[in-house]
Amino acid sequence: MAEISASGAPQSVAGIQSSYLAQVQRRRFYGGLTLLIFVILMVSGFNIADDRNAGGFWEGLHQIGDYPADVLSEAWEKRADLPGLIAKYVPALVETINIAAVSTLIGVAGGIFLSLLGTRGLARWPRLIPLFRRISDIMRAVPEIVIALVLIFVLGGGPVPAMIAIAIHTAGALGKMFSEVAENADLKPVEGLASTGATWSQRMLLGVLPQVAPNYISYSLLRFEINIRASAILGFVGAGGIGYELRNAMAWGPGRFDEAAAIFILLFGTIVFFDQVSSRYRNRLTEGQGQ
Amino acid sequence: MLKIDALTKRFGQNTAVDAAQVSVDRPTMIGIIGRSGAGKSTLLRMVNRLSDASSGTITFEGEEITALRGAAKRDWQSRCAMIFQQFNLVPRMDVVSNVLHGTLNKRSTFATMFNLYPQADIHKAIEILDRLGIAEQASKRAEALSGGQQQRVAIARALMQDPKIILADEPIASLDPMNAQVVMQSLRDIHEQDGRMVIANLHTLDTARRYCDRVIGMRDGRIVFDGTPAQLTSGVARDIYGAGADFSEAATSTEIETLDRSAQQKAYA
Repeated sequence: MAEISASGAPQSVAGIQSSYLAQVQRRRFYGGLTLLIFVILMVSGFNIADDRNAGGFWEGLHQIGDYPADVLSEAWEKRADLPGLIAKYVPALVETINIAAVSTLIGVAGGIFLSLLGTRGLARWPRLIPLFRRISDIMRAVPEIVIALVLIFVLGGGPVPAMIAIAIHTAGALGKMFSEVAENADLKPVEGLASTGATWSQRMLLGVLPQVAPNYISYSLLRFEINIRASAILGFVGAGGIGYELRNAMAWGPGRFDEAAAIFILLFGTIVFFDQVSSRYRNRLTEGQGQ
Repeated sequence: MLKIDALTKRFGQNTAVDAAQVSVDRPTMIGIIGRSGAGKSTLLRMVNRLSDASSGTITFEGEEITALRGAAKRDWQSRCAMIFQQFNLVPRMDVVSNVLHGTLNKRSTFATMFNLYPQADIHKAIEILDRLGIAEQASKRAEALSGGQQQRVAIARALMQDPKIILADEPIASLDPMNAQVVMQSLRDIHEQDGRMVIANLHTLDTARRYCDRVIGMRDGRIVFDGTPAQLTSGVARDIYGAGADFSEAATSTEIETLDRSAQQKAYA
């Protein structure tokens, strides 16, 4: 691009037109080539995956609705029991939400520290920025379920290993998001506080956090929703809560599908509820910023 | 041609434009002057249909503009180009692409996505850029250009639309005096050579005097003056700006020549 304008000498309109057209054609050619490679990769990748699949994609496609249909029809037959079953599983749901809430709180605290220590311009020890960044990379690279399985093996089943596993992942993921917000924070208040002799933690607490708080809270609420789902899944591997009950109900197969349906309704309702609450709260935060 | 009848825009309790009444019978270069918040921008935005009127009508060549919806409204917008104070280009795209955006109303989203503009349009875009004196910048990103050059790209985009009317909302308010002069002269040339109607919001009296055939003064949403530049006396200007007796035209000027104004003014008249 630069070579056209770098010459400096005024060119004729025809010359500019033909050089720009050549550039457009080159761009179109590369664009088309990229698209072609993308389509070829997608199609061939799909075929390879489908060959290795035990059942085959096309043969299995029409069966996709069978399981939900079984669950729904059985749940409909026993619909009179549903309210009782829902009430029965509420304590398990509370346990799941508790796991999510505690791990979100701990993860947010960890994420704030990781982000402030890993952001250029704010870090306490600028030389250690890469170290803290890699720590947060590792924490979010390992899936929660892997950490939970290891911890359950060491500590035994129950909510505590699940909580630790989710908190570690949350701290890593939020550390990344928080540090992107902190990078855009205005450094002038921090400099002002430094000029009064404030310590690093005082500067962060009073100079940075008030600026980034709305964004941090908004990301934390989003993470809380994600963690509810994560903690329900960890129940499958023995971390307790509603996921454990769901696995039992599903593993029993036909006959207990009404229980599975009750648990699905509970999970769905919970996630909708927290989604509504947090989106309302987030809207208020962003509107508050504008005033 | 253009008839604005009792056009009103309310924002909650405030009335931004109050029963504006304008009639233009042939392509003219019109300057709208007034203080900030007088409703100049709101008026132009309603003509382009960027915002809807609360009541009243705009009619152009017998067609009621205020009643248009959907595709008909977008078609009107393509015939009524708009230039903004902050240029409103896509900063990361090159200059020619930004000019080609003037043809978007005629192109499908699919063609836009794959950058499939006809060769004739690309040639025309570069010819327009050449007319405005910035053809050398054709393949640069818009954000790499100076303010004055960006505003000329915006004018080129407007010309690419081949519009009947060009609306300019404070086109020179973000520019230095030299660039302001180049941009205003370009708008004047477009009006004289192509016979397009140009309506420009201006915040300085002398620019309106120098380049426009007709001046409309607005104050608190109402049109308080409508006449030729010659009719715009200092007393009238004081009324428009709501200023006291100490008001002088030089106070609102951004022209370089303001310092030796008395000699220049005779030359313009």
